[in-house]
Amino acid sequence: MAAYSTSAVRIRGLVVRRGTTTVLDGLDLRIARGGIVGLLGPSGCGKTTLMRSIVGVQRVVSGTVSVLGAPAGTAALRRRVGYVTQAASVYDDLTVRQNLRYFARVLGAPASDVDRVVEATDLGTRTGALAGSLSGGQRSRVSLAAALLGSPELLVLDEPTVGLDPVLRVELWSLFRRLADRGVTLLVSSHVMDEARRCDRLLLMRDGAMLADATPNALLRKTRTRDIESAFLALIERGNAP
Amino acid sequence: MNPGRTLATSARVLAQIRHDPRTIALLLVVPSLLIGLVAWLFADTTVFQQIGPAMLGLFPFIVMFLVTSIATLRERRSGTLECLLTLPIGRLDFILGYALAFGLLAIAQAGIAVGFAVLVCGLEIEGSVWLLVLVALADAVLGSTLGLLASAFARTEFQVVQFMPAIVFPQVLLGGVLIPRDQMPDVLYAVSDWLPLSHAIDALNAVARDDEDAGFVGAQLLVLLAFAVGAVVLGSLTLRRRTP
Repeated sequence: MAAYSTSAVRIRGLVVRRGTTTVLDGLDLRIARGGIVGLLGPSGCGKTTLMRSIVGVQRVVSGTVSVLGAPAGTAALRRRVGYVTQAASVYDDLTVRQNLRYFARVLGAPASDVDRVVEATDLGTRTGALAGSLSGGQRSRVSLAAALLGSPELLVLDEPTVGLDPVLRVELWSLFRRLADRGVTLLVSSHVMDEARRCDRLLLMRDGAMLADATPNALLRKTRTRDIESAFLALIERGNAP
Repeated sequence: MNPGRTLATSARVLAQIRHDPRTIALLLVVPSLLIGLVAWLFADTTVFQQIGPAMLGLFPFIVMFLVTSIATLRERRSGTLECLLTLPIGRLDFILGYALAFGLLAIAQAGIAVGFAVLVCGLEIEGSVWLLVLVALADAVLGSTLGLLASAFARTEFQVVQFMPAIVFPQVLLGGVLIPRDQMPDVLYAVSDWLPLSHAIDALNAVARDDEDAGFVGAQLLVLLAFAVGAVVLGSLTLRRRTP
């Protein structure tokens, strides 16, 4: 049994290189349990690499990553952490239900769990359709549904709302909120700054470093700006100032 | 290792193939059609009687290699493998799941190919037809496990296809189809002894001509099995949870 820990994620001195470029260079981060944490930053800034390190599929050069009190990627965590990759990871030549049933069997989750996640992601009418015939937004919801199987304590979602229409995006964010209210920790990356207001905490990332780690309101107060986009710019300018 | 996850993976792979009629045709029908073509080509000669058994090794081996390597590569490319490796599934469960699914298809394939060669093309088998099916099956399983291994070293479908001339063609040339192995130059004979397809073809010929004892065929089957197991183990070792 993992030791009790109040941190969902604790990272110290994380260094990741991909090829010859250093993507993360000595990153430190602590994410408390519960709530929605938004990971924002331009594409290429290291968001996906950071998420991959947290779920334990990224080869790291040095540093420690502990998740829910255990080293990232250890066997005990594989039931407790859900991960959705940026491109929907679904089998295009299986139906929605076949996809979810397979992931449920791998997780050892009961078959009834499939119905629960289908409902949660509003896929009820599409369960018999081949995943390859779905729209991009529907495919990413199948991917999300698979990550919800087994009710993980930490959900790592890499740009889950890309390509979704505004109505669906609102629905997904209310789903994230319901999960957070139940004590789940969600780490959600996005490059859409207007989604930031829906998060309990924001991590602003640029060039592999954390520019800010604060609540949305604190961030706006600190930078004396009105929206997250401007706050982001203000922080970059401040960083560039002599 | 967990049998439940292995079986779940096999069932999933088979369900995927069920949705893909072209792959089913490639696996089950194409080897027989090619054997029929060879039989037709040599219709008025005795050549088919000589090389027919080897064809039962050749075409299933190539087809299985191709289909399995591309299927597992697609899994890597689509991100589903990355997702799976964050779940509680063992690397061996994953590879064995694939091997088992394609092994089941290989049973159907070997049965159809042998049945077609014997009943339709008139290939005469001196030994046991069931033993011939067993060797053809072992050969198809070998092709699929080598395909599993090869896909570990490829990043794109293009690279997988490059393995065909690199890994498959030399085995075809040195397997004893073009010229019996004992008539080859010594060096090539020694090399061919280390290639698994040679042993499959030796065993198929031995059963068809019934000119060797059961021990010889058994030994060739063991060699095929050893290569298949080796490929599965290496394949699961090269499967990394953490990637750069």
